[in-house]
Amino acid sequence: MSKLTVTAEPGTPFIETTRDFAATPELLYRAWTEPELIARWLSPKDFAMDLGEYDVRHGGRWAYGFTGEQGSFGFRGVFHGEPSVEAGILQTFEFDGWPGHVSLDRITFEPHGDTTTVRTWTTFQSVADRDGMIESGMEGGMSEGYDKLDALLPELKG
Amino acid sequence: MQSTGQLNAVFGALADPTRRAILARLTAGDATVAELAAPFQISQPAISRHLKVLEQAGLISRRRRATARLSHLEAEPLREATAWLTGYRAYWEESYDRLDELIAELQSGQDDDTD
Repeated sequence: MSKLTVTAEPGTPFIETTRDFAATPELLYRAWTEPELIARWLSPKDFAMDLGEYDVRHGGRWAYGFTGEQGSFGFRGVFHGEPSVEAGILQTFEFDGWPGHVSLDRITFEPHGDTTTVRTWTTFQSVADRDGMIESGMEGGMSEGYDKLDALLPELKG
Repeated sequence: MQSTGQLNAVFGALADPTRRAILARLTAGDATVAELAAPFQISQPAISRHLKVLEQAGLISRRRRATARLSHLEAEPLREATAWLTGYRAYWEESYDRLDELIAELQSGQDDDTD
């Protein structure tokens, strides 16, 4: 279906994605919230998902890991509020390899006739978290680059 | 998806204030070397050297119109020039492609149920 859009304005701690699907919001919500279903599609290439807990309700915990040739890594979090097709899903998100850098994910399912737009809105604790600035040699260079993008992008958006 | 080399080229291209100003001018439309040089106290050959850097980074494309060479802004490499997001984008694209397949499967199952 439609191309994935990823929006990450430089200098903000947000990432937004949108993607259209030829399905109802109800079906997509099922794919996102039923443990047997989510394990079948959510994973990076060449990795299999090991689903741990997946309890979609206020305070319910979720955890899954990925295992592949390059190793294994896990994620976990908690759902908040009343997840539903209409309200969407609100959850915390933490990478086991980067504890404490928890982000907040909101996922919504917007019907548009025969299709549904799935929108994810991720809020990180800081711009640095958003930009994935784990300690590495590239930090300085990337930071400099981002400052320049920061200054330039508003002009280029037109 | 951009390679490390391409990302370095983009950031290197952006590291110069004249080149950033050239890109800003090109948001208003394509321009010739003379038009781009006009606001600056530097020569057209100097502008041409900057344009070459921008072209090599994929940030502009160039074409001929009569005797002029026009530069055109290619904004996509700029939007993509955040390496971490490249991996993030790939993760979601691959996952969503699998989700397309899953929902097609579920929908055909639903159709069978209603027969």
